[in-house]
Amino acid sequence: MPVVDLAACSKRDLNAALHALPADTNETHWRVENPAGQHSLAAGLDAPVTVEIAGHAGYYCAGMNQQATVIVEGNAGVGVAENMMSGMVHVKGDASQSAGATAHGGLLVIDGNASARCGISMKGIDIVVKGSIGPMSAFMAQAGNLVVLGDAGDALGDSIYETRIYVRGSVRSLGADCIEKEMRPEHRQDLQRLLDAAGIADVSADEFRRYGSARKLYNFHVDNAGAY
Amino acid sequence: MDISHIPQTLPRFSATFDPHAMAEIRRAAATGIYDIRGAGAKRKLPHFDDLLFLGASISRYPLEGYREKCATDIWLGTRFAKKPIHLDIPITIAGMSFGSLSAQAKEALGRGASIAGTSTTTGDGGMTQEERGQSKTLVYQYLPSRYGMNPDDIRKADAIEVVIGQGAKPGGGGMLLGQKISDRVAQMRTLPMGVDQRSACRHPDWTGPDDLEIKIEELREITDWEKPIYVKVGATRPYYDVSLAVKSGADVVVLDGMQGGTAATQDVFIEHVGIPTLAAIRPAVQALQDLGMYRKVQLIVSGGIRNGADVAKALALGADAVSIGTAALIALGDNDPALEAEYNKLGSTAGAYDDWHEGLDPAGITTQDPALAARLDPVAAGRRLANYLAVLTLEAQTIARACGKSHLHNLEPEDLVALSIEAAAMARVPLAGTNWIPGQAGL
Repeated sequence: MPVVDLAACSKRDLNAALHALPADTNETHWRVENPAGQHSLAAGLDAPVTVEIAGHAGYYCAGMNQQATVIVEGNAGVGVAENMMSGMVHVKGDASQSAGATAHGGLLVIDGNASARCGISMKGIDIVVKGSIGPMSAFMAQAGNLVVLGDAGDALGDSIYETRIYVRGSVRSLGADCIEKEMRPEHRQDLQRLLDAAGIADVSADEFRRYGSARKLYNFHVDNAGAY
Repeated sequence: MDISHIPQTLPRFSATFDPHAMAEIRRAAATGIYDIRGAGAKRKLPHFDDLLFLGASISRYPLEGYREKCATDIWLGTRFAKKPIHLDIPITIAGMSFGSLSAQAKEALGRGASIAGTSTTTGDGGMTQEERGQSKTLVYQYLPSRYGMNPDDIRKADAIEVVIGQGAKPGGGGMLLGQKISDRVAQMRTLPMGVDQRSACRHPDWTGPDDLEIKIEELREITDWEKPIYVKVGATRPYYDVSLAVKSGADVVVLDGMQGGTAATQDVFIEHVGIPTLAAIRPAVQALQDLGMYRKVQLIVSGGIRNGADVAKALALGADAVSIGTAALIALGDNDPALEAEYNKLGSTAGAYDDWHEGLDPAGITTQDPALAARLDPVAAGRRLANYLAVLTLEAQTIARACGKSHLHNLEPEDLVALSIEAAAMARVPLAGTNWIPGQAGL
């Protein structure tokens, strides 16, 4: 297993080596020592490899990830897995703002809490947060699923499009055009799939409430002007 | 009593409540919604027309027209990128989205730009095959919405343009009304079909220049430091915005004045927010000079460029290149008087048509209607754009030679005078026939 010690080589060396991996590489499991909160670690990967980051990561860890599995053994800074297309990112600590922002696919699992704007403008990613999420999460969220085992902060799902939000705890407030929706069998089934994928065995899909778009702001109407 | 002999007061329109202002009041009262339109500021503004070149005479030595070389090429992205861009002419095509424009129009822009040896730019809607396929050099915009954003397309691009704002609506996000959210547009943007799309005005994962520096570094890491990274700002506080863009690590700064067009936004935004292109260039150049980065970080100026004189004036004031959007659409066929009857049916007239958001463009450019879009022949329209770019270049060269310059970049403020006090103050060149630059001490 290749081990890259960032106390001895640069982030540029690490990312360049990971970008150079061919699709059929045998070096499928990497470990990154001494990350020291550096930014853009393992960003732009496009190979079916696993990268373990032995500590805290800074901004944009695993940004635009494709195919790879990136595991952060500490906390992650702003925009972890931003614009991810596929693969998986697992943060074992807490995540800062804008976790999974604009991401089109893949799975982001955060064992701790996620700060404000979690899942902002998400476009198809699945995000599972085992703790709580901050305010303005799922702002303008377009597609995908956001699952929260803890609580959600203010203005959840403001101006949301078609993302589905599942919250097990309390929601401090809902944003414009976001409403609670019925949990039908297909939603429970989908949620169970996400819980399974995140390795969560002791929580039932029945414990969650679902939130999504009222679709009242999809086309402008003067009577809704105050909500824009 | 017969009063016919008494002179009558002529009906008099108010300069304040003119017919346009009154019509807008009536329209607002009837609908309850602000006016949305495309294009840039239409009000009269201090502009390049208020400047003149001095030309050579006894005190300056001209170059022989057509015989002595006047080069036009330009390098962009020489600060950090491993693969900077080399263009034949300092006139690029500005970012315009597939969605706001038809696929045929995007293809035509790519064709025309490639023939002319310059770049074209994507927009708020991702990269289409038509555009990438026909564009020799393609700049990929990185916008707050991140519609269609993906690393595969980033790797296919020749440069990345981080869009902070645009001149038509600095501080505002994109807008595309439901009429233009076709199946293909909806799919590319991950939106429900027919929705009135309102893009965010701020980027979702960074705020402020310190974050922007980290974001730019991420984009460089993802692309292995190969591609030039532009930062585009709407002209508001150009000295500070350009300074911060440079501090954040930009290779190129794109500065868009309020005459720069948009696909759709509120008329009140277009006409009342931002500053004219003429007023923005010198503070931007000053920022680069103060930082010791002039010509190291390239400056592209856009907003109201129409002819080779405008190109030459922007370059003389210190820009490295200019960018055109509205003029490029006109070259493709937008607002053509030959379509007057159809513009009349839409309640407009050729030359004034700006309801681009409605998607009914009879020229097939600002539409997603397949039948209308099919009217635009991308090959012929691309040829028209290439011709137009060639004329812009020839005109700029004509002026540069007359000023004794062997490269368009050698044009300088000293070659210019202003026709109005306002233009003299904004462009920081003397009022014609004087040595007075308002706001600066005289010689």
